[in-house]
Amino acid sequence: METDKKLIADLTPEIETTSIKWYITFFVLLAVFVVGIYGLIQQIDKGHIVTGMRDNVVWGFYIVNFIFFMGLSYSGALISGVLHLFHTSWRKPIIRMAELITVISLIIGPFFIFFCIGRLDRLHFLFIHPRIQSPITWDVIAILTDLFGCFIYLYLSFIEDFAILRDYPYLNVAPWKKKLYRILSLGFTGTEKQRKILANARTVMAAMIIAIAIIVYSVLAWIFGVTLQPGWHSTIFGPYFVIAAVFSGTGLLIILMWIFRRVYHLEEYITKRHFVNVGVLLTIIAAFYGYFTFSDYLTKWYGSIKMDSILIDRLFTDYYSMFIFANYVGILLPGIIIAFPKFRSIPSITVAAMIALTALWVNRYIIVIPTLETPFLPIQDIRPDWISYSPTWVEWSLTLAGVSVFVMLFMLISKIAPIISISEMQEEDKTEILH
Amino acid sequence: MEKNENSKSSRRNFLRNVGIGVGAVSVTGVAGANLLSRNEASTKSGKMVKLLSPDGSLVEVDQSDIKPAKEIQSEVKSAAKSGLPNRKFAMVVDLSKCANARACVDACQEGHLLPKDHEWMKIYMLQDDNLTAKYWFPRPCFHCDKPMCVSVCPVGATYKRPDGIVLVDNQRCIGCKFCMTGCPYSARVFNWKDPEVEVPEGHVYDPETNIPPVEGTVGKCVFCADKLRNGELPRCVSACPMGVLYFGDLLEDTVTNGVETVRFSKLMTDRAGYRYKEELGTLPCVYYLPPSNREFPVETGLDGVDESISGRYRNVGPR
Repeated sequence: METDKKLIADLTPEIETTSIKWYITFFVLLAVFVVGIYGLIQQIDKGHIVTGMRDNVVWGFYIVNFIFFMGLSYSGALISGVLHLFHTSWRKPIIRMAELITVISLIIGPFFIFFCIGRLDRLHFLFIHPRIQSPITWDVIAILTDLFGCFIYLYLSFIEDFAILRDYPYLNVAPWKKKLYRILSLGFTGTEKQRKILANARTVMAAMIIAIAIIVYSVLAWIFGVTLQPGWHSTIFGPYFVIAAVFSGTGLLIILMWIFRRVYHLEEYITKRHFVNVGVLLTIIAAFYGYFTFSDYLTKWYGSIKMDSILIDRLFTDYYSMFIFANYVGILLPGIIIAFPKFRSIPSITVAAMIALTALWVNRYIIVIPTLETPFLPIQDIRPDWISYSPTWVEWSLTLAGVSVFVMLFMLISKIAPIISISEMQEEDKTEILH
Repeated sequence: MEKNENSKSSRRNFLRNVGIGVGAVSVTGVAGANLLSRNEASTKSGKMVKLLSPDGSLVEVDQSDIKPAKEIQSEVKSAAKSGLPNRKFAMVVDLSKCANARACVDACQEGHLLPKDHEWMKIYMLQDDNLTAKYWFPRPCFHCDKPMCVSVCPVGATYKRPDGIVLVDNQRCIGCKFCMTGCPYSARVFNWKDPEVEVPEGHVYDPETNIPPVEGTVGKCVFCADKLRNGELPRCVSACPMGVLYFGDLLEDTVTNGVETVRFSKLMTDRAGYRYKEELGTLPCVYYLPPSNREFPVETGLDGVDESISGRYRNVGPR
């Protein structure tokens, strides 16, 4: 039981006590969040005129963030699902993080759609007057299904841990937390039958959320793909978005591994081996992602369709640096850093992941905005904000608020649940992870 | 063109007629109740009018007691949804006559109480290629027969009527703007802020005029469906001093610009009519006549035009 004691102490660093660092970080994030709320109030009060969106670029930062966060979510589901199904031995310390990415970004993502909607008070019309022809309705169904599935999947992975915390006599926590563990562990005592049921349920859900994630992210891509707009009307968008999502999620996973390892001193559990393995995964995905990106732009560039040419022109002039960063630097550099063993170290892999994640966000930006700035009928206007989009402080503040909520939710979950699955680690051969 | 207007009169018009009270054959429940429950003293005109009550008996009331029945929102909306029977509206734009007079834009904005920066009718200056000429290109909503905006709307706020008109119900619109990204012709505008439009007391919202515009919703050209209902031409068509815009009914094969009335099919044949971006397959109900044998040089359109307008066309080039 000595191992257990150490495991529980190491993996639940924030359950019993709250460090001063935790408070400081949390309140800084809360302040960022409050600024975002102020921005939102301004937007509701004065209308969407306070954003940078206008009649041509009707979708801006909000939609970019929406696709971005939904992508993180689906990729979390894909990564944890695949690692679970293939019984990858090194997955155990990191699978919980992937699951948390899934659920937390799935909670945040839809809020960006709410910010983008002109009449938030009529949101329920989506349910009382739905039209199945609309890809937005497909998306509503898909996201709700996904939310449901991911919560179940995450919860299943928590049951054993809650049972361990419930039964652990030395846990010094408030009575309400004890009570919470008792309720949430659903009377799990670890009998052979219970283990079997739980394992089966997790395998079924892992398979299901992989399928759901692929379908759901394709549906999101089709919101763009089904329109006639140059740059969006592309058959490749479904799979392209899915692979891009996995790319971003893998990048985020590496960054979180680095943060958790440092903040919670998990050097013993999350080792260089994990960084290299996930890093290699990132490189392989980068190759696919780069291939899709290249195919999409090559066909547009090579042909002579007028609108495609105008769009490509714009990407290589107004958006030149963003285009190069997103589609060359962001794909090649992480690949190079990770592919050559001599460049591999925990910090270098983390930097590669940060580049990948940022580049992917920029990639989303240059998918959404330039197309809207390039309508079939040329924009003839003298108002600069009608001609080209630039985000206002309101959009920035809500974007940063989204990021801060992401971190805050992680911090809150670390207060009640283990950040690495204790039950999985118990099964893990200690010598293997320490190797 | 609207010879049979009486027989096509909708229930809504009918309600209006009841208000006048002469020759009415029935009174709706609401109107009847208001009528019969009046008990405050008023000056009687002494002139009695016969009306049929909701239960079918003939009653007589003093004419001064008769007030126009309040338009009922649901009735107005359902009339705006079903459209005018046996009609298929279309517009023809003769590009050879347009000189950017902008009378159509002004009439439209006035008629629909639009803020100045909202142009349902927009005038572009286009040039297809270096070696081809510039020309003025008025663009209303194309009221497509395969409207992308209608397909993508998640709540059915925008819809296509059997008479061809595509409308937006701004009490249903949630402002997701998907229709705006769906429309390949940039025909839709969004109310980014409160338009601060004053409407008369008792005004009932009608998607056929889309008055008043509502913050956070989408608006666009409505082909002046309210005017059509009364047998009149759309505001832009009546306003155009050059007779650029023709409007009519494809089932009657007739279009008019208010001065001359012509066969639609003959106009298409004689003048090589076409539709903008036919290849997109959206099947617009707006046809164009090429800018051939022009009555004015294209620059005439910039004479005496405010800088805020002429500035738009400074960088027009081939596209």
